[in-house]
Amino acid sequence: MSLQRFISEAVSPWMKDEGPDSDIVMSSRIRFARNLRNYVFPVLSNGKQNLEVLESIKTKFNEAPNEEVGRLELIEMEDLKPTQKRVLVEKHLVSPNLVEQSKNGAVLLSENETISIMINEEDHFRIQCLEAGLRLKEALNLANSLDDWIESKVDYAFDKRKGYLTSCPTNVGTGMRASVMMHLPALVLTQQLNHIIPAINQLGLVVRGSYGEGSEAQGNIFQISNQITLGKSETDIIEDLQGVVMQVIEKERSARRKLLDNSRIELEDRIYRSLGILENSRIIQSKEAAKCLSNVRLGIDIGLVAGITKSILNELVILTQPGFLQQYAGASLNPAERDIKRATLIRERLELEKQLKKSEGDER
Amino acid sequence: MTCQECGERPATLHFTKIVNGQKTEFHICEICAKEKGELEPGTNHFSIHNLLSGLLNFETPINDSSTHPIYNRERQSCPKCGLTYQQFTQIGRFGCSECYKTFSEKLDPILKKVHGGNTVHSGKLPKRAGAAIEIERKVQNLRTKMQEYIQQEEFEKAAETRDLIRSLEHKASEGGE
Repeated sequence: MSLQRFISEAVSPWMKDEGPDSDIVMSSRIRFARNLRNYVFPVLSNGKQNLEVLESIKTKFNEAPNEEVGRLELIEMEDLKPTQKRVLVEKHLVSPNLVEQSKNGAVLLSENETISIMINEEDHFRIQCLEAGLRLKEALNLANSLDDWIESKVDYAFDKRKGYLTSCPTNVGTGMRASVMMHLPALVLTQQLNHIIPAINQLGLVVRGSYGEGSEAQGNIFQISNQITLGKSETDIIEDLQGVVMQVIEKERSARRKLLDNSRIELEDRIYRSLGILENSRIIQSKEAAKCLSNVRLGIDIGLVAGITKSILNELVILTQPGFLQQYAGASLNPAERDIKRATLIRERLELEKQLKKSEGDER
Repeated sequence: MTCQECGERPATLHFTKIVNGQKTEFHICEICAKEKGELEPGTNHFSIHNLLSGLLNFETPINDSSTHPIYNRERQSCPKCGLTYQQFTQIGRFGCSECYKTFSEKLDPILKKVHGGNTVHSGKLPKRAGAAIEIERKVQNLRTKMQEYIQQEEFEKAAETRDLIRSLEHKASEGGE
């Protein structure tokens, strides 16, 4: 498969979109957890009930929620190869939990991959909406419309005092987790983030690595999300989150400015070394790749590096993960082989970028 | 420093846990850590469920005499899905919507801890199931208003409000099950 075609299939259409504050905020996500009143939650199901849920969803949700969203495609986990599953996880379209542990797990996906509705994960439904940049409100509106659409066809488990009943009591109430993925290299470099995280935690928000719970922050990418789901309205929750995110954005921007003013040459050195590694290495581990991609992205965002589009870095962060590398190679690869393939892919991608830029220049 | 578990070997692993601003430190040797299983360095599988079941187990009384009333409550199981409280403390998740009723007595203290002191939902209502609740919320507000009118001797307005309440209640009983 050609690299260009592979990328066009690999990268979700919404990722090419930049969105507000895209120099720092990569994406915004809203997730609703919902359950059916008359069925045992997937965790305790013997598989038979999950199958019943899945079968009824197949018939009930066969039509488009509305014209704008279009038809959703149902993908069952057991029909997928391990690599394909991994690719969905790496794109944040399904959770590792759905892939590894669910019985009769499935996902309803919209064409542009903004919407994914997981079925039989920890809860019967996990409605997820992703948007590029800082767009929590838009994502919430979309999630609400899907929620209403689903509710028009099934009976939700809802209690007037406890709200939407979820399998884990940490989600009960709104069942909503709102999160924002941020690239914070300057706050990490200046060691300010260590002081900011405890303050954020005190506000009922959590900071984690980019793949959620228990994941490490790679490439200076962090996810900030709400912890509290009970006793606050959905709008209040996203307003609080948005407020904190805006402050973190301000802090990151001011740290970037200070780095440029006080240690420009060191910063340039760091960024161009990273670019050199990405353009020339023959073996690269995911951690190093993530670090270098973060540095180069910072370089682009502060105007030090020209000639590379921002979005190719978002792309490469995703493409250089094990699932995608194996998909690209069309075979399963051991870690050593992956490191070689990863280096190749990055070099080819940057080369492709240069050719594209050049041909654009020629046309003009 | 010696290990807090065995008290013999030197402690080589040091953990700091911060829960709601309360800091606790934990020093342990590698052998005891392996026995405990969960504390292996480098494994990063400490999920919210582990944390939650930690909170829940904290509630479990040490006294396990079977005649103790609390012990019987531990044995209580959900009539719909069969989940016992014991199981819930282990997996940190409920088995069905009925569990919230079955274990309601124990639930509020847990919810308070997890949700910053809140125990009552104030967000979105589902359109169909929520219609009755919305009417109920409205009626409640109108009742308070009616009382105010009566106290202010604005009987005409109070009567209007009463009629409004009646029509709402009528609507609710028609639409209800």
